[in-house]
Amino acid sequence: MKHEKFIELKGQPGIVKMNAIPILHYAGFCVLISELLREESNHCLNYFVVPLPGKYKFICCIGSDTKKSIFIFSHEQDKNETISLPSLTRMHFPFHIFEREIHEHYGFYFPDHPWLKPLRYNFNRHNRDKIMNNFPFYSIDGEELHEVDVGPIHAGIIEPGHFRFICNGEKVLHLEIQLGYQHRGVEDLFMKNESGLKNALLAETIAGDTAIGHSVCHVGLMEALGGLIISDTISLERTIALEMERIAIHIGDTAALCTDIAYQFGQVVNEALRTIVINTMQFWCGNRFGKGLIRTGGTHYPLTPPVAAEIRKNLKEIKERYQQITGRIFSMSSVLSRFEGTGKVTLRQSSLIGAVGMAARSSGLKRDIRWSHPSLAYGQLNYDPVVISRGDVWARAMMRTLEVEKSIEMVFHLLDLREGKSENRNPLYDFELEPDAFAISLIEGWRGEICHTAVTDEKGKIMHYKVKDPSLHNWMALALAMRGREISEFPLYNKSYNLSYCGNDL
Amino acid sequence: MIALLLAIITALFFPGIIVRVKSIVSGRKGPGILQPWKNIFVLLRKGSVFSTTTSYIFQIAPVIYLATLICAIILLPFPGMPSGFRFGADFVLLAYLLAIGKFFFIIGAMDTGSSFEGMGANREALYSMLAEPAFFILFGTLALLTGHLSMQSIFEHFHFSGYNTLIAGMIAVYVLIQIAMIENSRMPVDDPKTHLELTMIHEVMILDHSGFDLALIQIGTNLKFALYGILIANILIPVSWSLPYRIGLFFGIQAAFAASIGLMESFRARKKMMKNPQFIVTLSSIALVGFILSLLMMYQLIR
Repeated sequence: MKHEKFIELKGQPGIVKMNAIPILHYAGFCVLISELLREESNHCLNYFVVPLPGKYKFICCIGSDTKKSIFIFSHEQDKNETISLPSLTRMHFPFHIFEREIHEHYGFYFPDHPWLKPLRYNFNRHNRDKIMNNFPFYSIDGEELHEVDVGPIHAGIIEPGHFRFICNGEKVLHLEIQLGYQHRGVEDLFMKNESGLKNALLAETIAGDTAIGHSVCHVGLMEALGGLIISDTISLERTIALEMERIAIHIGDTAALCTDIAYQFGQVVNEALRTIVINTMQFWCGNRFGKGLIRTGGTHYPLTPPVAAEIRKNLKEIKERYQQITGRIFSMSSVLSRFEGTGKVTLRQSSLIGAVGMAARSSGLKRDIRWSHPSLAYGQLNYDPVVISRGDVWARAMMRTLEVEKSIEMVFHLLDLREGKSENRNPLYDFELEPDAFAISLIEGWRGEICHTAVTDEKGKIMHYKVKDPSLHNWMALALAMRGREISEFPLYNKSYNLSYCGNDL
Repeated sequence: MIALLLAIITALFFPGIIVRVKSIVSGRKGPGILQPWKNIFVLLRKGSVFSTTTSYIFQIAPVIYLATLICAIILLPFPGMPSGFRFGADFVLLAYLLAIGKFFFIIGAMDTGSSFEGMGANREALYSMLAEPAFFILFGTLALLTGHLSMQSIFEHFHFSGYNTLIAGMIAVYVLIQIAMIENSRMPVDDPKTHLELTMIHEVMILDHSGFDLALIQIGTNLKFALYGILIANILIPVSWSLPYRIGLFFGIQAAFAASIGLMESFRARKKMMKNPQFIVTLSSIALVGFILSLLMMYQLIR
């Protein structure tokens, strides 16, 4: 299906030939983005630069929730040309993070970008002399104001990240979040790795808590590029694994929310429940986080009847106990006084910053890849996402409770669908990839939409790989939630989003 | 002086009981009762590390903190036994001995120049300040009811002999328990288990202390619980009982106090920081209700 300005991709993971992507002038490119994003149901999935011989290719992927499709178009810039471009951020705020990345990586300068700091401070970047000290934090002058810097090294078991609060007493006026302390060069490694197995292992480590989410996304992308068709059984199994991960992390987060408000009972009960879920995963594939389960073309760990029986048995128990404990949590006045009305992010704020996943849905923004761009077995489920409009910590806690219940039902349903089918197909690692192609894969991880894109060269080798973790958008939501709130509430708000540091830093 | 001895014995078991109760309630086995003290002995054998930005204030603060607490405990009587040292209105000295310790603790924290410790010091100062009126109104009430001024004679003459003193006694015990929770930075005002600097009050102030100094502070914190435990016991224990019974009841009260702290901390969430001042001021008002009631009962208000 071809359009003069963009190519429309129905269904994903999808693949298009590089030369089929329309090339626009930068002005036309910006106008098209504006036109498409004027509709509330469209949002930017990914925007990045691919270095080609002699030129840079800007590729923008915009997803439409109503048409259930992806619009792809591009702009080309000669390498010797001027590298100063008008910023898209002025019109559409979600682009700020993509433009920062482009600026850092290729040295393009966006003079009217409000916050042109590098995103990840480390080796594979355009100008290595630009260190963090060259980019001061925002500051406000005032006798009664003070700054509190937290991190990048924290007291707890959290990843490195710097938070700079500008406070008036206990009240936070502004929070600036600076990440990039654990950049590992994941995207470069995807291009360097020769073996498909290495890449599958790498995808599992993009974010430790989303091992299944990222690897399903990566594996889908590679299969699209290689033209591999997976059986229904395998796609059912992957869907079950994704939902199991969602259940485990959501229950773990419920426990963590209880920890941060010092409600010990809720904490220990939920922690015990989470352990049951991850131990079920271990029973299935030998790893509690599902590492080693998702592989291209097949799997080493088919969902045998004993595994299915174990999942059913454990989830039945969890469903009952989780309902009991969340019923108790959400009826306790001391808990509700911490959850209700705190850390509010409005629907307008969420759509302005382009929030995705759970963070968006708990502010009333219906954005769920399982519903808008279904792949795997989600297509046959007609999943309808949970949407809560309140936008406070309560909404984010309740979102987890409701999603766990929905996911458990979904796993039961998927197991029913899976019943009787058996297939033991070993993974394939070395297969030819489509040359000169662009592929995109989307998955709703527990945190939100995960987007992997890849570009292959004329020999069918991965030339460019781009990972987008949902946290990239949602960190801004945390900063907005803190405005005008108490600094002592920060750990609770942070946990209510539970964003990924390494997913952002890559 | 018997109060000091009993306080030390109480302090030995108090933190262990709290931890144990919390563990059992949450379905874990939990460490031994003496584990908190074993940790303290490990710390005592270690040296301290001082930040280069700190001055001598930071180094003397823990010693002064512990010293003031020991002095304060010497002032306390045990039911039916003399206190180590007594004079009229000695409860004022008690309150301000604790305040001196706290003052040095606070400026010691500010001395580090860390924004976290500054925040913690700020919170601690505010909450102690708000809790102070409750303490004085409470002792005013007791002094009014008994007609005596030194702590020893107040407690000697205060016993549950009728409805009048029953109400005052109940109010006194409740207010003292809550003040103990606030002064020791326990729930619902502070969470001793948190690892997040931004939400800490007491814990954040001891972040820079290490080794021997940290041990002194922890011993002080344990003694502080015992101090409030003795005050509560003084109100509850009848002087007419024989000494072994009184001592038995004393330890019973301390164990129940520790266990109830463990239970309270297990089954409720901590308060929002913003709501804390309101909660603490409520204590003063409860103490004030007790005071006005006593005035009425003593026919001081309406003759």
